[in-house]
Amino acid sequence: MLTFSEAMTKFEPTLGLEVHVELNTKSKMFCGCATEFGAAPNTQTCPVCLGLPGSLPVVNKRAIESTILIGLALNCEIAPFSRFARKNYFYPDMPKNFQTSQYDEPICKNGFLDVQIETDEGPKKFRIEIERVHMEEDTGKSSHVGGATGRIHGAEYSLLDYNRAGIPLIEIVTKMITGTGKYAPQVARAYVTELRDIVKSLQVSDVRMEQGSLRCDANVSLAPISSGKLGTRSETKNVNSLRSIERAVQSEIERHANLLSKGERVVQETRHFLEDSGLTRPGRSKEQAEDYRYFPEPDLVPVAPTKELIESLRKKLPEKPSERRKRLQQEWNVPDKEMTAMVNADLLDTVAQTIEAGAEKTLARSWWMGEISRIANEKNVVPTQLIAINDVVELINLISTGELTDKLARQVLAGVIDGEGNPKSVMEKRGLKVVSDDSALMQAIAAAIAAQPETAEKVRAGNIPASGALIGAVMKSTGGQANAARVRELLLKHLGQQP
Amino acid sequence: MSLLKKTATEQAQALAAKQISATELVQEHYAQIKAVDNEVKAFLYLDEKNALAQAATIDKKRAAGEKLSPLAGIPLALKDVMAQANVPTTCGSKILEGWRPPYDATLVTKLKANDVVILGKTNMDEFAMGSSTENSAFGPTHNPWDLTRIPGGSSGGSAAAVAAFEAPISIGTDTGGSIRQPAAVCGIVGVKPTYGSVSRYGLIAFSSSLDQAGPFARTVEDAAMVHAAIAGFDPKDSTSINSPVPDFVSAARKKDVKGLKIGVVKELSGDGYQTGVAEKFSQTLDLLVSLGAQIVEVSCPNFQYALAAYYLVAPSECSSNLARFDAMRYGLRVGDDGQRSAEEVMNLTRQAGFGREVKRRIILGTYALSSGYYDAYYGSAQKVRTLIKQDFDNAFKSADVLVSPTAPTTAFKIGEKANDPLAMYLNDIATIPVNMAGICGLSLPNGLASEDQLPSGFQIMAPAMADDRLYLVGGAIEAALKDKWGKPFWEFAPKLKGSKC
Ligand SMILES: [Zn+2]
Repeated sequence: MLTFSEAMTKFEPTLGLEVHVELNTKSKMFCGCATEFGAAPNTQTCPVCLGLPGSLPVVNKRAIESTILIGLALNCEIAPFSRFARKNYFYPDMPKNFQTSQYDEPICKNGFLDVQIETDEGPKKFRIEIERVHMEEDTGKSSHVGGATGRIHGAEYSLLDYNRAGIPLIEIVTKMITGTGKYAPQVARAYVTELRDIVKSLQVSDVRMEQGSLRCDANVSLAPISSGKLGTRSETKNVNSLRSIERAVQSEIERHANLLSKGERVVQETRHFLEDSGLTRPGRSKEQAEDYRYFPEPDLVPVAPTKELIESLRKKLPEKPSERRKRLQQEWNVPDKEMTAMVNADLLDTVAQTIEAGAEKTLARSWWMGEISRIANEKNVVPTQLIAINDVVELINLISTGELTDKLARQVLAGVIDGEGNPKSVMEKRGLKVVSDDSALMQAIAAAIAAQPETAEKVRAGNIPASGALIGAVMKSTGGQANAARVRELLLKHLGQQP
Repeated sequence: MSLLKKTATEQAQALAAKQISATELVQEHYAQIKAVDNEVKAFLYLDEKNALAQAATIDKKRAAGEKLSPLAGIPLALKDVMAQANVPTTCGSKILEGWRPPYDATLVTKLKANDVVILGKTNMDEFAMGSSTENSAFGPTHNPWDLTRIPGGSSGGSAAAVAAFEAPISIGTDTGGSIRQPAAVCGIVGVKPTYGSVSRYGLIAFSSSLDQAGPFARTVEDAAMVHAAIAGFDPKDSTSINSPVPDFVSAARKKDVKGLKIGVVKELSGDGYQTGVAEKFSQTLDLLVSLGAQIVEVSCPNFQYALAAYYLVAPSECSSNLARFDAMRYGLRVGDDGQRSAEEVMNLTRQAGFGREVKRRIILGTYALSSGYYDAYYGSAQKVRTLIKQDFDNAFKSADVLVSPTAPTTAFKIGEKANDPLAMYLNDIATIPVNMAGICGLSLPNGLASEDQLPSGFQIMAPAMADDRLYLVGGAIEAALKDKWGKPFWEFAPKLKGSKC
């Protein structure tokens, strides 16, 4: 068995990434049906997206504008004239048994996207060239009931939901990515991350990989180093998290390397990524390339965006995510490493929003990256699923004003996560409040001195560090709710010392 | 007095004058259908209950003094290729048996808005593929002039219904001649409008870039009236043309062709026509000259490739359009025994549900679109379309309209060409160029061929969105012929057994 790093001494990988992004338009690509996620099956359908005989498509203008925006953000040329084409194949989740897509005349082509990865040798930059950005419609969804695997083979029956059929889908295809060497898995991940952030900043898609609104297919091939040849590729489908992209690419490289070094052949096929094992399993074999019989869609007229439209869209382009990161890093004054950690944890936007909503910068970062991430990790959820940003803002503000200590704040956070309410009401319900009332504190101080008279004498004699034991006792007796700074002040004053 | 033989315009006048109610008019047509359709077999489905209910509503509106469309209360027969909500729609195919669309085609919506009463759905070649209606899965329709002969196709049912006085007007669709050729062999008027001028929303596609719905009628003016009701921009059809609709009815009434240049297409005249058809054509040209028109000869050299290109474009598009008939969501399902896979059920259903001609064209089209053949076949065919368009553009520089015989022969015998697809395809040789270029064409009867005393058709072609020229020239010829014969053309038709008129 060759390991990844051994494989990388013999072979060089070539990648090709196809990313599908579901647009967040209110209506579908070719009809007026709603696109909301999670509606009851087949409630968001009409004769057009059900492909009923006689129905005809009409292009969603908003979808075209969104696609052009993506193309512009990826430095693409926008075609003055592009056409839809039919991709013909039979599948029950496709109501017309052809997908309306684009073929040789995509709306955007020849762009690029620069990505940066952290390596042992410092940060490295890669330019990923984009071949095309095109529009198409999504298919319906089939679920296979019965049988062991949930796959169509062996199922007792299948259910079809056409709510997703006709949702606008953008496909972004890279040119062959070469020269990444051992960084291929990281580059793949960095590319999809950057792409996702760009699309998100354009506000044209929810880009939620877990809901399938961003999906990635990874093509991998391997050739002996400096052979100048191109190996046979495999295509790993629907990899649905950033981490999985990295793992899938690495696992495919290892698999190919082991086959090739044993003198075996890589089969050109579609594979599926298995989250549990991090490996891929074979899907449809593509040995005989499927013939989709593409031809121009006769039911639609060509898309011919005017120069004015393109320029007005160009003006709408927001700050690039990479530039925004640079700006935030300066504003927050954080080191590279912490910045990268936030990006990798996918918490940069969340932290930025928390700060924008009035939370103190350092606390905002440390709470999201620290305690909240820790609990999220334990519960195996995404941090933002755990707690709302405005609750975090409230919590941090309570710390900033001294109403909560760090320790109390953790208890309040637990309460909020457990659904007891917002931070203030959790504080009230649990009675978690910093005690700053001098007379209450003085009572506790007197009790501590009475319990440890020798320690009190030491402090009276000028041994200030000895006061720690007394302060600790006060904190303990108040259940951690005392304002420690105020306790110290009162105690020292009481024992005749200058605080 | 029976109104069956009256034109739609005359029937409309009688309705407006309250000489007859819509209910009576509709009942009279159903009586005629019941009397003759067991032999003509124009209809696949009669929507009698709804039609009579609709007629009663129209009568109430009229009694209440509401302002109504000129077509209000006029019965119409609808080709079974158009989706009509809750009414069985089969496209002449077993594969759609039992399907009732949940929606109306835009054309149907427009007819309903005009209070036209849809009597029922008419027979057709399966998925509009054919020139004789023999390809219907439900048996052929018979030509009312001679029941042993074909009524043309694919809109044979709609043409025969009008010729047999079962309806004064009807709707057909024309992909390569499917309105004009049946109109010619049934001795009525049929119009293929400019592509994009009548919405295709709800027209079950055979070949999307060629299909176009249009009217059948016994007179040019009646056809113009129906055409005016169904034309216009439709936001649901992306290929729909958004520009003003010319006044067809006024054009039909003008009856003046003085000074008009009539182009005779060299490539569409001469050899290959039945003698009687060629005779009638040249007599009609003489008639036009006598009316003050000028005859010019034009050449369209690329028309010789039209038929071949058509049989690449139409099958290619149909191979994709008909893919949706897969038993999964509607229509026929064969072999679903709980054991077979979805793919096997699709295969068995398509095997059982489609007829021979449909399968032939799906196979042709699948082949023509295959990788490696696309450029040579579909690609070349599209280039031919461009050349045909250029030929028309050039021809229209020297002529206001172009003319030709509509079909090479009069109605042939049922079964005569059923096993010779190439001979069948040649029926559309003169009509196909119009579809390939997306322009408009009209066929009207210009007499009986001397050798068989069957109707011959005269085709008029005009540039895109100049459909009014068809009515201008057609109306003038029709009026002059009526004067010459002393009666309208349909008075030559033999009386059908049991006919009420
Ligand atoms: Zn829909």
